[in-house]
Amino acid sequence: MTEKKRSSEPLVRISARTVPMPALKAWGIRLGAIVAALLLAAVFVVTVTGLNPFEVYASLWKGAFGSLTMFKRTVQNTAVLLCISLAVTPAFKMRFWNIGAEGQVMAGCIATAACMILVGDKLPTPLLMLVMVITSILAGVIWAVIPAFFKANWNTNETLFTLMMNYIAIQLTSYLSTVWENPAGSAHIGVINMKTKVGWFPSLFGEKYLLNILIVAAITAAVYVYLKYSKHGYEISVVGESERTAKYVGMNVKKVILRTMALSGAICGIAGLIIVAGTDHTLSTTSVGGKGFTAVMVSWLAKFNPALMVFASLLISFLEKGAGQIASDFRIDPAIADILTGIILFFIIGCEFFINYKLNFRHKASVEAGITAVPVLFEEEEAGIAEKSGTDGVKEEAES
Amino acid sequence: MISPVANFISRAVVQGIPLLCGSTGEIITEKSGNLNLGIPGIMYVGAVSGVAGAFFHEKLAAGPLNPFLAVVIPLVCSLLGSLAMSLIYAFLTVTLRANQNVTGLALTTFGIGLGNFYGGSLAILYGEGGALSLKATSDVFRTALPFAKNLGSVGLVLFSYGWLAYASIVIAVIATFVIKRTRIGLNLRAVGESPATADAAGINVTRYKYGATCIGGMIAGLGGLYFIMDYTSGIWSNGGFGDRGWLAIALVIFAIWNPDIGILGSILFGGLYIIDIFIPNLTRSQQELFKMLPYIVTVIVLIFTSIRRKRETMPPQALGLSYFREER
Repeated sequence: MTEKKRSSEPLVRISARTVPMPALKAWGIRLGAIVAALLLAAVFVVTVTGLNPFEVYASLWKGAFGSLTMFKRTVQNTAVLLCISLAVTPAFKMRFWNIGAEGQVMAGCIATAACMILVGDKLPTPLLMLVMVITSILAGVIWAVIPAFFKANWNTNETLFTLMMNYIAIQLTSYLSTVWENPAGSAHIGVINMKTKVGWFPSLFGEKYLLNILIVAAITAAVYVYLKYSKHGYEISVVGESERTAKYVGMNVKKVILRTMALSGAICGIAGLIIVAGTDHTLSTTSVGGKGFTAVMVSWLAKFNPALMVFASLLISFLEKGAGQIASDFRIDPAIADILTGIILFFIIGCEFFINYKLNFRHKASVEAGITAVPVLFEEEEAGIAEKSGTDGVKEEAES
Repeated sequence: MISPVANFISRAVVQGIPLLCGSTGEIITEKSGNLNLGIPGIMYVGAVSGVAGAFFHEKLAAGPLNPFLAVVIPLVCSLLGSLAMSLIYAFLTVTLRANQNVTGLALTTFGIGLGNFYGGSLAILYGEGGALSLKATSDVFRTALPFAKNLGSVGLVLFSYGWLAYASIVIAVIATFVIKRTRIGLNLRAVGESPATADAAGINVTRYKYGATCIGGMIAGLGGLYFIMDYTSGIWSNGGFGDRGWLAIALVIFAIWNPDIGILGSILFGGLYIIDIFIPNLTRSQQELFKMLPYIVTVIVLIFTSIRRKRETMPPQALGLSYFREER
């Protein structure tokens, strides 16, 4: 490497922000990203389908909120997605990459359906409900704790393990669909207890989904308090920041991992209960329908903040439900919802970079003044020191 | 004349090839420390880009197809499609240092959406009964060696596949060689194990991560192309690819990050996928239990490798972590 090359400064130098960006500015960037994503999505819609993007967005709105029934359906969908997102959040905060929510919720679904089918007509309703709650939570916990146990003891890769557990649960559902099939030979379970409605969530004030929404609202509040104000929540964030620090201050990291994953699994189990007993009243391999994966993204989009998660899950459900309307209005494939969701996610994922890092553009004046003749190594250190003391060396130079 | 065993093996190979491509691509990607969970989406896009290329070629070339063009056009389209997808992933995770899990899952959502949207739209516009058939192109892809038919069982097991099947096996062998025996492979593994060390040694971490992700993605996309052009005989139907993308990621673990083990593993997984059809007197529910096997086997392998903690069989140490020089 020649001396000249060594002294040349790259066009853009990236540095981590030591002082976090002001919240207002950060949210401005996120909002800008969403607007940019919607614009790009509009360009996509126009070039691919030749349709008027405003008409398409209007149809999207109509599909999600156009009528009271549609509105209720969207809210119900949001509630389930929110519940699963809340479930994965404590584990994520601990940097335990649980992408097995799909399987954990499925386990909860299976347990609920099993109770409704096997003991539905043998127990009085209050007792049956209690049994359903307990078994669905247990099923979710078991499905979540297995990978956590191996992670805690042998550092088994949790991402891959939980991923496999999803498909074991889904396959188990296929198996049970043939065992409990109704009518015989269909390989589908059909609506469980269609006539007696045993084990179905009751309607509150004539609204059949209201109980679901209330349960999820309670969980949202509970998770918020748990993460923010409890000792457990504090331990989770310490383990997430640095496992070594946690060990050093005397936390039992294994116990924290197992406990947190058990909590994740328990909430997933409840989500399964809501899906089977509160919404679908049946069990199939698509009962969860990819929400376990979507929840990972929702939780991350909301920066692991339960309050923001309400909006993030609403946005995703809005797109999902609205796209069905687009599909029928304009006779195009409903998969366009996934494309739009993908574009929006990419922008929001990408914009975090501009919040967490700072771009330092090469400054021409400093090159002319010969400042960059100093080897790059020193320069980076200088910039680092300047940043730590709260001032921005490069910027000041630019302004002077 | 043809034994049932040979029949089973040949079917298992055909089932296994898409998984092999996906896992070879994912192994190369993971060796650079990028856990690309977007592989299922990339395989979808690889498939649908090939379908689009073949469709427009068939439409423009009235009459019999030129066999060379019939292969090259879908192939190039497929490679470009998966390359574009891989670039999205690489840009977000390497340049913008985004979370790999979230980016990967978003890419899968996006890719499956793209695949179903374009495939579905083509099927609605031009297909019959909701499915699009590209038989002419598929026939070129499925051309087997001419003497395969005369060799009975041996011919069926060894020579009866389309060229893409042999290509994927060759790619897997080359990938193993490059990863294990060349300087590039050594550097790649260094980047995946400890990017900071590799960086200090003068290896361009960004270039390796981009390169591995893009090449890996393109190889994975070939799996989608094979599935459409060979396995389904050129018939696109939405969701037909199923969960094979995730099974390919499972195969990465089963093969303990070795593409050559992946060749045998893919045939085994392919076999497990269809074994229920070949075992007589199974009830339907028992068949469903058999389909669970690939995942259970994968979990067992994952547990064993992590308990043994042998360095050669562990996932790359920096797998799933973005690298930023200042955070050393």
